Amino acid sequence: MNTAMGLKRHPATKWGAIAVIALVLLVLPFALATIGTAWVRITNLAILFVFLSLGLNIVVGFAGLLDLGYIAFYAVGAYVYALLASPQFGLHLPFWAILPIGAAVACLFGVLLGAPTLKLRGDYLAIVTLGFGEIIRIFLNNLYQPINITNGPQGIATIDPFRIGNLDLSRDQLFMGLNWTGPVKYYYMLLLVLLAVIVINIRLQNSRIGRAWEAIREDEIAARAMGINTRNMKLLAFAMGASFAGIAGGMFSAIQGFISPESFVLVESIMVLSMVVLGGMGNIFGVILGAVLLSFVPEILRYTVQPAQQALFGRMIIEPEVIRMLLFGLALVLMMLYRPAGILPSAVRKRELAKRDNGT
Amino acid sequence: MSTTLLELRQLHVSYGGIKAVRGIDLHVEKGELVCLIGANGAGKSTTLKAICGLVPASKDSIHYAGRCIVGVASFQLVRQGLAMVPEGRGVFGQLTIEENLAMGAYVRSDSAKIRSDIERVFTLFPRLKERRRQAAGTLSGGEQQMLAIGRALLSRPTMLLLDEPSMGLAPIMVKKIFDTIRAIAAEGVTILLIEQNAKLALETANRGYVMESGEITLQGEAKTLLDDPKVRQAYLGEG
Repeated sequence: MNTAMGLKRHPATKWGAIAVIALVLLVLPFALATIGTAWVRITNLAILFVFLSLGLNIVVGFAGLLDLGYIAFYAVGAYVYALLASPQFGLHLPFWAILPIGAAVACLFGVLLGAPTLKLRGDYLAIVTLGFGEIIRIFLNNLYQPINITNGPQGIATIDPFRIGNLDLSRDQLFMGLNWTGPVKYYYMLLLVLLAVIVINIRLQNSRIGRAWEAIREDEIAARAMGINTRNMKLLAFAMGASFAGIAGGMFSAIQGFISPESFVLVESIMVLSMVVLGGMGNIFGVILGAVLLSFVPEILRYTVQPAQQALFGRMIIEPEVIRMLLFGLALVLMMLYRPAGILPSAVRKRELAKRDNGT
Repeated sequence: MSTTLLELRQLHVSYGGIKAVRGIDLHVEKGELVCLIGANGAGKSTTLKAICGLVPASKDSIHYAGRCIVGVASFQLVRQGLAMVPEGRGVFGQLTIEENLAMGAYVRSDSAKIRSDIERVFTLFPRLKERRRQAAGTLSGGEQQMLAIGRALLSRPTMLLLDEPSMGLAPIMVKKIFDTIRAIAAEGVTILLIEQNAKLALETANRGYVMESGEITLQGEAKTLLDDPKVRQAYLGEG
């Protein structure tokens, strides 16, 4: 927190820090590749989760609409890509054509969810969105008969990777003496898109639209009295959040090459929401931090828990998966106790807490 | 007739099977300060909500600036110069005073003038200026009322609807708020004031309406109403 404030005071340090971060991000995949390509893949998935968290942050953090079915939009984007670029229907459209379609379809689903729930808030909205997420997953699971659309629980395989001209992002290549593996190339593409997404988010937050969402989150009736079209603004929040997830889903499809309904279960929605809450609802950089932490820490645990137990007890006592969930739960409980507004709280939530402290 | 800004013609409002407003007529001329007084549950707030489009009103019953506004969404009314200070104030508790005021100017895009208008609100309410960077939720009830009025002014309204501005406030605060209401009216803003505090409202307004069980029972010049024996007995606590 102090460093963040310090950065604002010294623009030189700020640019210095940005340069260091940029440099680290640029060499990161090659550094990780020396440990193992798996880590580059994990990083790519982490970036996708950053996308998702930033998208959900628009709905939950900016507009204050609790959405527990957010992963459904990710699923929609992923399936749109998979269906339009795989042997499933024999379609092989280029990625730059599919991603906008995926975003548009997800956006449509966002409005579809938003329209009937306009009058709901809080718990009630959460329940409906939760149901919506499940409906989408169950549809994907069952839309294989009588007409096979989604291939059901078996999922869709051999999905096309991204291709730019002759450049196939999934193939390994030697270039400038470096081994550019598929994940490394995807990493740079994701980084580029991530940059754009962050810029869009920052611009959104400081725009008229961002202020309208802020007003709606605080008090919807008062927002209307300010001349804000609350209905359209809430729909816009759902639509924008969904579009982000739609694009992320398309990239997920291409990177993985295989998707099935199993990737889009409720726990994933909860995970993305946890990233937003843990990092700091409404604070873009907090949300990014939350997503990065919750993506990496479980993976690090996966690789350390087993050897650690072997060394300590000579055998494995607790499964890594169990420990992961245990620590995850513990982390969330501790967060709620000691930093309820997240690791990097938004300015508004910081005030909210300060007020509560004064009140008691 | 052409100077009538707001006119209610046989306004009926019913919700949940209860007729809260039973065919009232009311008009506010441009530049006037009119009050609508009555006991708790008389239908005053419902009338105001109907004007703002928050509850459904009977057909063709509400006219603003020569046009029927029944069915017009409340957010659009602000753009037409009809601003409302809701009952219970409705300030954005987590936002600072400055942010609240800026939110009031949401429908405008002339940022330079918004700045100077915020400063004008601060001269109207110096208390708010002292606390400009404080969260609105930390203000006292009276200060929140000041903020709500100031925020409504930032949309540069032609007409201001005030719902129970004295509610729950200390007498000294009530006096301050009503002084400001007079000052705003003096600047040419048309005001419809809904108030339980009949004496204060009638002392402030040009004209008044008395509402009882969803109907207008008395109306006239505020001064005349103040002297009316029925008003004195029912609302001013005199025998």
